[in-house]
Amino acid sequence: MPFDYAPAPESRSIVDIESNYGLFIGGSFTEPTSGEFFKTINPATEEVLSEVAEAGQADVDAAVAAARRAYDKTWSKMSGKDRAKYIFRIARLIQERSRELAVLETLDNGKPIRESRDVDLPLVAAHFFYHAGWADKLEFAGYGPDPKSLGVAAQVIPWNFPLLMLAWKVAPALACGNTVVLKPAETTPLTALAFADICQQAGLPPGVVNIITGAGETGRMLVEHPDVDKVAFTGSTEVGKAIQRAVAGTKKKLTLELGGKAANIVFDDAPIDQAIEGIVNGIYFNQGHVCCAGSRLLLQESIADEALASLKRRLTTLRLGDPLDKNTDIGAINSSMQLSKIEELTAAGEAEGAERWSPTCPIPDKGFWFPPTLFTNVTQAHRIAREEIFGPVLSVLTFRTPEEAVAKANNTPFGLSAGIWTEKGSRTLWMANQMRAGIVWANTFNRFDPASPFGGFKESGFGREGGVQGLGAYLNVEDPS
Amino acid sequence: MTPVGRGTTSQAPARPHTTDRDTLIADQTSITNQESDAAVDNSKLTSLLHGLPGVDQVGLEGRAATLATRSIKKDSKIWAIDTAISMVDLTTLEGMDTDGKVRSLCAKALHPDPTDPTCPAVAAVCVYGDLVATTRACVADRIHVAAVATAFPSGRASMEVKLMDTKQAVADGADEIDMVIDRGAFLAGNYAKVFEEIVAVKEACGDAHLKVILETGELKTYDNVRRASWLAMHAGADFIKTSTGKVSPAATLPVTLLMLEAVRDFADQTGTRIGVKAAGGIKTSKDAIRYLVMVNETVGEGWLNPDMFRFGASSLLNDLLMQRQRMRDGHYSGPDYVTID
Repeated sequence: MPFDYAPAPESRSIVDIESNYGLFIGGSFTEPTSGEFFKTINPATEEVLSEVAEAGQADVDAAVAAARRAYDKTWSKMSGKDRAKYIFRIARLIQERSRELAVLETLDNGKPIRESRDVDLPLVAAHFFYHAGWADKLEFAGYGPDPKSLGVAAQVIPWNFPLLMLAWKVAPALACGNTVVLKPAETTPLTALAFADICQQAGLPPGVVNIITGAGETGRMLVEHPDVDKVAFTGSTEVGKAIQRAVAGTKKKLTLELGGKAANIVFDDAPIDQAIEGIVNGIYFNQGHVCCAGSRLLLQESIADEALASLKRRLTTLRLGDPLDKNTDIGAINSSMQLSKIEELTAAGEAEGAERWSPTCPIPDKGFWFPPTLFTNVTQAHRIAREEIFGPVLSVLTFRTPEEAVAKANNTPFGLSAGIWTEKGSRTLWMANQMRAGIVWANTFNRFDPASPFGGFKESGFGREGGVQGLGAYLNVEDPS
Repeated sequence: MTPVGRGTTSQAPARPHTTDRDTLIADQTSITNQESDAAVDNSKLTSLLHGLPGVDQVGLEGRAATLATRSIKKDSKIWAIDTAISMVDLTTLEGMDTDGKVRSLCAKALHPDPTDPTCPAVAAVCVYGDLVATTRACVADRIHVAAVATAFPSGRASMEVKLMDTKQAVADGADEIDMVIDRGAFLAGNYAKVFEEIVAVKEACGDAHLKVILETGELKTYDNVRRASWLAMHAGADFIKTSTGKVSPAATLPVTLLMLEAVRDFADQTGTRIGVKAAGGIKTSKDAIRYLVMVNETVGEGWLNPDMFRFGASSLLNDLLMQRQRMRDGHYSGPDYVTID
């Protein structure tokens, strides 16, 4: 008899979602001047969760002005020790409310509750704890004896890890003494708005954190605002380039964390069972909506057939379905727009002659879904080997020698991450030195830690988030006077 | 009663009870020394075992921890609890064991929950060799009788003693023998000695099925566990078993996951399906269900039966029974509503 797991849904009653949300400016929720709202839906069911305000120019101005006021009057004058108290308080509140936030994240984003509960939320809290610890120790970070903050930071974040990306942006900014205006992605604003509530609960001085919702146009107005000192963006390479053009010639400091097309390189002496897990975790984690996803699998040709057979067997055990079910491995695609993009690129893969494979898995009737998919017979010339798909789609290539692996891994305009699987330590080190990628994982993949800097080479962006290196993005390192 | 382990289920090709050594001796590329075909060539065995892929500790433990987050509810939990009960080797391995103790354990094994006739019997009663006759008399042929043999738990005795130990248990009615490997020989790299011992004990078992205890708590590294698993499977084990229960740590989720991966790969390579027994340290229904999830997602439903997967445990059974009663009645009973044995 097969061992079928009965549905084990996490209760959503822990979350109270308002029917609509205003903009969080100057410490309180305000109506947008335009009076316009847009809907945010649950991508697993297409049910409308709430309506959120569309911020226009006047709202952006008000948010930046509130952040400026808070910077000038309060936050920049506060001692690091006092800033730390607030950030620690936020971190503790996140931990206390982590179940609620995990459920909310899963509802709005479509990711499995197992991941929001076990990966996103613990990391979110860890980022605030880590940076709270830095707030009163910045003179020891290697940026001079008395490093200064920058001012008002404009932060625009993506929809794949809504609250985690908020943490990566807000925690270091606050620790370094900056105030922020943050715009979450239009499809996933709810956890950022819940974070606004946490800021109120923590008694954070009004205006230190402002959260404005809206689409790309709101983001453009925010990053182009003349009174912003720092722009931090995580998202697509295309938008990142537009932002870089927009801030060129201004005083604004810029960090960009953009797309990727990471190589996950498996040598014939790899710990194979763990490598298979690493491949799965590398590309099917979070439905492949991960900028550092290991979307190109480079298999040493001598083990390719065997490894592919193991990988396929493993993929048949992945459970796709209700993201709130605690046993779900693959949740919903975040939006219909993203689903179309994945469908377009996978169709191109087939048209270009690559061989497509997916395990048989039932797809729910409603919502946006894409089965875990892999392509074999892929070459470097295929679009699916060059363009970021941002979905649960793996392109499998082979190599014969370490040099060839390096050449193929680096043969991409991106350079965010790479994975190396081998039991030979000297090869790991040699390979890591050759990789033109900001993050190199050895015998693991998609592991994150607030103490470890994250960021890209080439078209994957510049600047680092996390670690002592990440502090530099929010401190005046060029002009320490 | 059905025989257990080693290629005995319909999905797998049944294999005659020869050992791999027989086949290997006939095979030019085998691990057997051709010049003196009585002995196994340790260097060939070494290259075979050292050629197995390595194990990454962090990755293995991470995978086991992820599988442990599966949430098994309602019908699937009812099924899992009954399946787990039917997989228990109800064990007593104490110096103070007596005929009386064993008789009471046998009664419990046959009717774990006297208030509920639908409760399945356990798979086997597991005792020291001198209590096999008593056990067999109590359970007749309704369940298996397993005996620990080969100078359990340390295995520190001469080969003659180990074989006598085994033969005596089989003669007294044991149809399953749980032997220990010579960990000293294994750690010294004398794989041939371990191999030969398993082959000899297997022979002494006759028709009884052989579970080979690796004592993973003394092998220490995961690489060693994988090597010992393959060594035992090649030498003719019907089951590979984690631990004696006398060494800490005994069974753990990562070690059992690794052994499941080994039997899966061995079945792929040879067509022979070997069983796995997790023994020691498994005390709660929650633990047991985690093991079943791991079996399900690593080797699949072909191993989700008492012929292919066992729990070596004593206190686990009562927790399974309490959970079973709770699922049936909708509330917890308490330790006074399950029998002590």
